[in-house]
Amino acid sequence: MITAKENHTQALQKVNSGRKTRLKNNVIGWSFVIIAAVMIFLFYFYPMVQALILSFQTGVGANLTFTGIDNYTRLFKDPTFLTTVKNTVIYLIIQVPVMILLALFLSVLLNNKTLKFKGFFRTAIFLPCVTSLVAYSVIFKYLFGQDGIINMMLMKISLISEPIQWLTDPFWAKIAIIIAITWRWTGYNMIFYLSALQNVDESIYEAARIDGASPIQQFFKITIPMLKPIILFTSITSTIGTLQLFDEVMNITKGGPGNATMTISQYIYNLSFKYTPDFGYAATVSYAIVIMIVIFSIIQFKAAGDNNE
Amino acid sequence: MNKLKSTFSYTVLVIAAIVSMFPFLWMIVSSTNKSVDVTQGRMMPGSHFMQNLHNLLDTVDLVPALINSTKISVITTILAMLIASLAGYGFEIYKSKSKDFVFNILLVSMMIPFAALMVPLFRMFATISQSLPFIGIDTIAAVLLPTVTTAYLIFFFRQSTKMFPKEILEAGRIDGLSELGCFFRIYLPTMKTTYAAAAIITFMASWNSYLWPLVVLQSPENQTIPLLISNLGSSYSPDFGMIMTAIVIATLPAAIIFFIMQKHFVAGMMGSVK
Repeated sequence: MITAKENHTQALQKVNSGRKTRLKNNVIGWSFVIIAAVMIFLFYFYPMVQALILSFQTGVGANLTFTGIDNYTRLFKDPTFLTTVKNTVIYLIIQVPVMILLALFLSVLLNNKTLKFKGFFRTAIFLPCVTSLVAYSVIFKYLFGQDGIINMMLMKISLISEPIQWLTDPFWAKIAIIIAITWRWTGYNMIFYLSALQNVDESIYEAARIDGASPIQQFFKITIPMLKPIILFTSITSTIGTLQLFDEVMNITKGGPGNATMTISQYIYNLSFKYTPDFGYAATVSYAIVIMIVIFSIIQFKAAGDNNE
Repeated sequence: MNKLKSTFSYTVLVIAAIVSMFPFLWMIVSSTNKSVDVTQGRMMPGSHFMQNLHNLLDTVDLVPALINSTKISVITTILAMLIASLAGYGFEIYKSKSKDFVFNILLVSMMIPFAALMVPLFRMFATISQSLPFIGIDTIAAVLLPTVTTAYLIFFFRQSTKMFPKEILEAGRIDGLSELGCFFRIYLPTMKTTYAAAAIITFMASWNSYLWPLVVLQSPENQTIPLLISNLGSSYSPDFGMIMTAIVIATLPAAIIFFIMQKHFVAGMMGSVK
């Protein structure tokens, strides 16, 4: 009887002390993560809530009043906003696929075991990632100048007879931006594919070769399906990056000619800090980017998922 | 057939390498030439570098900008390492359902574009300025506070901690180390390469960041290197040789760090897909 009671108390003590250490561990665990969690809430989620509230307000500078959904209806009637969305989508649907295909293609070439100077090629193609966005943008602005070195070289090899208006023609200015971004980020994406390719079993290719698959068939039927998860990852990060495009456009064309190259991010910047500050409407435009990121990410997940079946 | 294929490979790769390196070569060559020679398409190295540097130092406050950028990048890197590694360690070592829930919420912040944060953050720091001017608009604190903690880095440290042998922590506890002691005395020294990878990508991102400093740093004496280069690049009658000299100086530290720590840089990039 006594021993049973003692056992019971001992067991109770054990449970209690177990609870105590668990509680203590829990407190310690939370104290490790608390600074980061607070910082992210303070500088990401709290501002997003603020932006949401702002997006229903209007006024100049700090004098704001609620206007309901006026800002949101204004979006669809605002020609500048619609132009910036169009520009951003053009960059996205042309630049991201071109860059990803180019990066995949280069990574396949580099993955060849018998290739010499592999390290040199890899470093050279990756090199553009070292430059700051502002620095390379300024360099490209001068390279693409009307009497810049690119026009000079194209004329020398007689590809064109008169200089291309890279920065002052609405069409060519977009092309210049796309070329610049592709130059900066292809090597970056290539490194991801290269490391993924190193995990692909070489015997799959051998079997395909024996079955008579051409290199192009191997590329589309083996390489791309095998790398699908990493392609999805890079296309989502590239999409998020392109939807936020700012540094390049700001420093290469300033959004011009007219608004022909202006992006949504730049429009938000202009609305808040260049024109008479209209923080309410700027916040509304910024929610448009958030919605686009969500939509494009869902589309890409869906596209990747459907190919699986 | 095989010979044809390898000729094709080499041709494509050589072209890709030339295209990738050409803007660098042009930048370096141009920094040694007079502006007139640059506009005439001179592609040979000249002897004008010292003169360009001299003009640059006369025209803009290069040295203060270098000091500002270095200060911001070094402080950001140290704080970012500390905050993110503590969190990554905490989420993995003291794993619990509620912590995983918080972790997943933090990851959502990676989807938030900075353009959407810029306006509310600016207003936030404008408000702070009124009572605490030393962390308000136009201060280093305002530049680094919103950018120092990123979900990416927390995720990166958590992923790396999965590989960390947890038994040695137990040994440390038996030897009488506190929980924080285990982190600083055991975890930190063992994870040197993870820290190196995280440090280099953080430093580069901070050294190169443009939009937020542009918004928040208003006085010229506080400007950073990207702001200085952007200003130089938008001048109406640009001195090409001088501008390229500025870009060489701005790019060189990052390029040197990159070449020394190339492996860690790639490891830092890859952290997210492991």
